Amino acid sequence: MSINKAVEEDSNQNQNSRLTWEGCNVLLDINDGDRLVFARLTAASTLKIGNKKCCLQPLVGCPFGSLFLVESGKEGPILSRFVPNAEGNNLEEKDVDGSKDNRAIVDNNTAQSLTSEDIDEMRRQGAKGDEIVDALIANSATFEKKTLFSQEKYRIKKQKKYAPRVLVRRPSARSICEAYFKKHPDKIGFMRVDALSLLLCLGNVTANADVLVVDMVGGILTGAIAERLGGTGYVCNTYRGSSPYPVEITRMFNLNDEICKRIVHASLTDLNSFQTGASVSESKEETLPAVQSGGVEVVGISSEHGCMEITPETVPSPIIKPCKSIKPGQKALPETIELWKENGFSSLIIAAPELEPWGIVKEVLPLLSFSAPFAVYHQYAQPLATCMHNLQIEKMAIGLQISEPWLREYQVLPSRTHPHMQMSAFGGYILSGTKISSSEPVTSSN
Amino acid sequence: MILPINPANKLSFKRCIKDGDLVIVYERHDTMKAVKVSEDGVLQNRFGAFKHSEWIGKPFGSKVLSNKGSFVYLLAPTAELWTLVLSHRTQILYIADISFVVMYLEIVPGCLVLESGTGSGSLTTSLARAVAPTGHVYTFDFHEQRAASAREDFERTGLSNLVTVGVRDIQGEGFPDEFCGRADSVFLDLPQPWLVIPSAGKMLKPDGVLCSFSPCIEQVQRSCEALKSHFTDVRTFEVLLRTYDVRQRIVESCPVNEGGSNERPPRKRRQGSAEGNNGIECTSSPTVMIRPSGEARGHTGYLTFARLKCFA
Repeated sequence: MSINKAVEEDSNQNQNSRLTWEGCNVLLDINDGDRLVFARLTAASTLKIGNKKCCLQPLVGCPFGSLFLVESGKEGPILSRFVPNAEGNNLEEKDVDGSKDNRAIVDNNTAQSLTSEDIDEMRRQGAKGDEIVDALIANSATFEKKTLFSQEKYRIKKQKKYAPRVLVRRPSARSICEAYFKKHPDKIGFMRVDALSLLLCLGNVTANADVLVVDMVGGILTGAIAERLGGTGYVCNTYRGSSPYPVEITRMFNLNDEICKRIVHASLTDLNSFQTGASVSESKEETLPAVQSGGVEVVGISSEHGCMEITPETVPSPIIKPCKSIKPGQKALPETIELWKENGFSSLIIAAPELEPWGIVKEVLPLLSFSAPFAVYHQYAQPLATCMHNLQIEKMAIGLQISEPWLREYQVLPSRTHPHMQMSAFGGYILSGTKISSSEPVTSSN
Repeated sequence: MILPINPANKLSFKRCIKDGDLVIVYERHDTMKAVKVSEDGVLQNRFGAFKHSEWIGKPFGSKVLSNKGSFVYLLAPTAELWTLVLSHRTQILYIADISFVVMYLEIVPGCLVLESGTGSGSLTTSLARAVAPTGHVYTFDFHEQRAASAREDFERTGLSNLVTVGVRDIQGEGFPDEFCGRADSVFLDLPQPWLVIPSAGKMLKPDGVLCSFSPCIEQVQRSCEALKSHFTDVRTFEVLLRTYDVRQRIVESCPVNEGGSNERPPRKRRQGSAEGNNGIECTSSPTVMIRPSGEARGHTGYLTFARLKCFA
């Protein structure tokens, strides 16, 4: 295989690539989820960690999943790759039965003999973050008295402050949804990742499907569907009025050109017009109001925790590279719309917190093929209940169900396994069902 | 059949039921059956006899009548419907777990996925839907007959080109070497998953994701121990689905006495004395109301996910 072909193939398979590349989007997880930052890897993009600005160039070409540490270089701090050893850094579980406790530990602020001046001096002499953490432990009068579990907690706390770690994550529907849900749930209509997962399944999203979508959740739904279509079929965003709903979140995914071409939009008027051919109205808006992606889109807000040095600001890349790639969200071609009118969409997914569910369902359901499944997301149960009731009365659908996913995460540690103390109590409601054919059967001949 | 891989089978206003199609016969949301349509076939159920010949030529989603005038609906199969109608040879995974697994394993078209055990093939069907059209699911079960039945099912649902069922004791022998470093994701539903975790680690590409489904917390505990050395981002979840009942009920509503004095809150009315209401008219109106269903599946299993560490 020629190199050119290999490169071409690689760029076509970006979605599945194991390595980052110049211009790709990454999700940076700083200190085990304390801060999540979306970044585009360009020569000029930087990330601010603490009071240090780090160039993201070293991240280009590394495998997704790589861990980086901040190290001081000649020209300021640099991110350097850290390869863990296979043994892991897990503490030996000698003290799980709890022979130690905290009766001798008094909070009088004298346990640490190292001052901040001492630490600054160590830094000036080029000490690495891990060395500072070790020094802090060596100078802690109470460290030895702590249980192994709280020793580990202490180490992690100091490590986060003095030796922050940056984990390079591949942005996918899951990580993007989780990041938004954690930091800006309002931007995705408070849709938790398990609700999004259910929508994709209930909406039977698969290769070659033509999925009709009403996405008023910033594009998380559109992006997730496009990811599952993998450059086949279509995700058609429909909208009321004259301009499509924004789907900027689709730009956080690393969707290649083939996949982006499959994200289109068409107004409800265009989809519902029964004339054929040239009737498709000329909308002034040719593409979605694309948000210029600077270098770094910040989702992260640093923890309020006092000892966290990390500030929420990141510096957008000063150079905005002209983006050659196809932008998601082109207007659907009239001939494609004609095909949909003839054949119907293969499924429908709605996540429109601002629309009354019954109104929009009544309007778009006729566009769906018979026996096609649909799923409607909403934050509130009552409008979905009304919608479900009306669908039953009008005999438009069967298999109707309103469900709500419930998700609980567990801490799993020897002798210390329990559900997380804090959990998300609500991830959204989903109404699902299957459209039926409207024609009544004639009585059986028998 | 279950997937629109062949454009001719794609759901469409024009796509009618043909001889040889797999249809889901829908009586009620909890009573469904998969039926293969044949010209001289007859479906007999409590509603009477349904002649397949009368189904042919109708669109999917049609209502059809029996000789007694009762009706059922004929639906095009989907992975979700299949999960509700398949024959249970083992305990199966349901939609809440299935959808979460597919999302968390980050399965997209073109992925290579390993699964053990195959069981009744409920999850496998959704995995196949996610890897289509170019990916593949290799699923293993140590039970020869179960594997054969699963193969027949994938033949029936038209997934044979996407799924390969192998007979192998994965817990005892690990995954076959030919998949070393090739898997995008691995799914384990085994009684002792921790025995397979080293093998699963060898199969995965760097940063690949593993999921282990276990009903008991003790299994989870041991799996998490085994994951420590070569995996990162180890997270354990429980995902359930709460369903809701929607009913329209007649509710009596009495308007608040607006003509009364403003400084006082409305007086408490004695119950059952409609005539003593100072002329307030109470009306009964149908209202749509929603509440959680009384019963639900309380536990299925714990889902533990982990990513292979990047050592290279």
